[in-house]
Amino acid sequence: MESHEWARQEEDVATIGITDYAQAEIQDIVYVELPEVGMHVRQKTEFGVIESVKAAFDLYAPVSGEVIAVNDMLVDAPEHVNISPYEDGWLIKIRMAAPAELGALLDADSYQAHIADEN
Amino acid sequence: MLGKGTAVMKRTPLYDIHRALNAKWTEFGGWAMPLQYSSIVAEHLAVRASVGLFDLSHMGEIEVRGEGAGRFLQKLSTNDSSRLKNGQAQYSLLCNETGGTVDDVLVYRFTDTRYMLVVNAANIAKDFAWMETHNDIGVNLADRSNDTVLIALQGPNAIEILNPLVPGADISEIPFFRFTESRIADIPALISRTGYTGEVGFELYVNAADGKELWHILYPAVTAAGGLPVGLGARDTLRLEAGLRLYGMDMDEQTTPLEAGLSRFVKLDKGEFIGSDALLAQKESGVARRLVGFQMRDRAVARAGYAVYQHGARIGTVTSGAPSPTLKCNIGFASITVSRDNRSNSIVARGPVPRARYKAIDIEIRGKLRPAEIVKVPFYRGE
Repeated sequence: MESHEWARQEEDVATIGITDYAQAEIQDIVYVELPEVGMHVRQKTEFGVIESVKAAFDLYAPVSGEVIAVNDMLVDAPEHVNISPYEDGWLIKIRMAAPAELGALLDADSYQAHIADEN
Repeated sequence: MLGKGTAVMKRTPLYDIHRALNAKWTEFGGWAMPLQYSSIVAEHLAVRASVGLFDLSHMGEIEVRGEGAGRFLQKLSTNDSSRLKNGQAQYSLLCNETGGTVDDVLVYRFTDTRYMLVVNAANIAKDFAWMETHNDIGVNLADRSNDTVLIALQGPNAIEILNPLVPGADISEIPFFRFTESRIADIPALISRTGYTGEVGFELYVNAADGKELWHILYPAVTAAGGLPVGLGARDTLRLEAGLRLYGMDMDEQTTPLEAGLSRFVKLDKGEFIGSDALLAQKESGVARRLVGFQMRDRAVARAGYAVYQHGARIGTVTSGAPSPTLKCNIGFASITVSRDNRSNSIVARGPVPRARYKAIDIEIRGKLRPAEIVKVPFYRGE
């Protein structure tokens, strides 16, 4: 699928998840594979995988930097990505190497227009 | 996201009903089919707990008629169709001369001069051509696929839903793999106690023109019983739990039924049939690979195409894999090597040894070996 991750900035840290649209499309999330704390991720490259009953979906980093936290709750309860994609279902926190990369992402309104186009 | 456009694909007569139910679509064997209506897990669990309603009109129906119909089927199929009584169905395989599997089919016997084969959607044209090519007996073959709607009603509540709709018959008395020609409400129907889910259930064959009406009769009863319409997504996980092979995934023309673990449907003592020499030779020499069931020991999901290892050596490939909604673990089929150098696996195929010698395998998932074990199928047993 097209990249459907979100990033929420707090100073130089970005919290990363997938959008409500993406979780609704993927459905029935049964497994989330995330990087370990301390690993470095690069913008637009894969950092993990979400699996539904039907298929595996790659996760792409919206920004570059060091992984400083992963949502361990998802190991045993991956369904939180379905239930609460913007809060309990967050995936990782990245200390951004280049916060200016955020400027390349769609804002919420542009994203809504983009998914409206996709359908 | 779930696939390409469905514009050029074939549609079943119930297409508009699925659209109105807001189905997500998938391509299967050239057909636009519902992948899911609500969620694969919800639909799967509805079939296990209550009942599910499936449009399977993409499947093919080929009629075989004439004096030689029985002989024709004995020649083309691996199971012993002479054991069929009128009103009985049988799972069987069509093989080529080298024993490779052309298709897996259900053979329905109406009378000794009238049979019907139900074949996989992607294989309808291939199977019909195969049957015509080998029709030196001179039976009458007719492809009824476009004239037929097939609706499956599967799950523990299937009997109580269907029974009041069938006048003058108690469908609970139809044994497994038997069928009756009757009416559902006013619709002439072949009511078959068969399915692909591991549950109690029926497959209902009606004239294409009556298909929508049958769905509209069954749908309210299904939802009132807590059941759901079910798409191909849950059909796949249901059949996998029940240990049922899927043609094109778990077997194909390069796989013999013996390699697919289907030897009980290959009756080598019934006399010659297409592929019997090759299958007999393979039975005597032993199969080089065999389909086994496996269960993951962690949460990673093994999927078709992933490599299978044992003691660090590559021994095969996953052919089907998915999370099991009923068992809450990840299961699948793998085709693995059986050889003298790999005693443990040859023992899987040949009989009892200490389980620890063959159980443990590893499956490579995104570059990492993940632990799994070979287990008996079916993974789940309902009916």
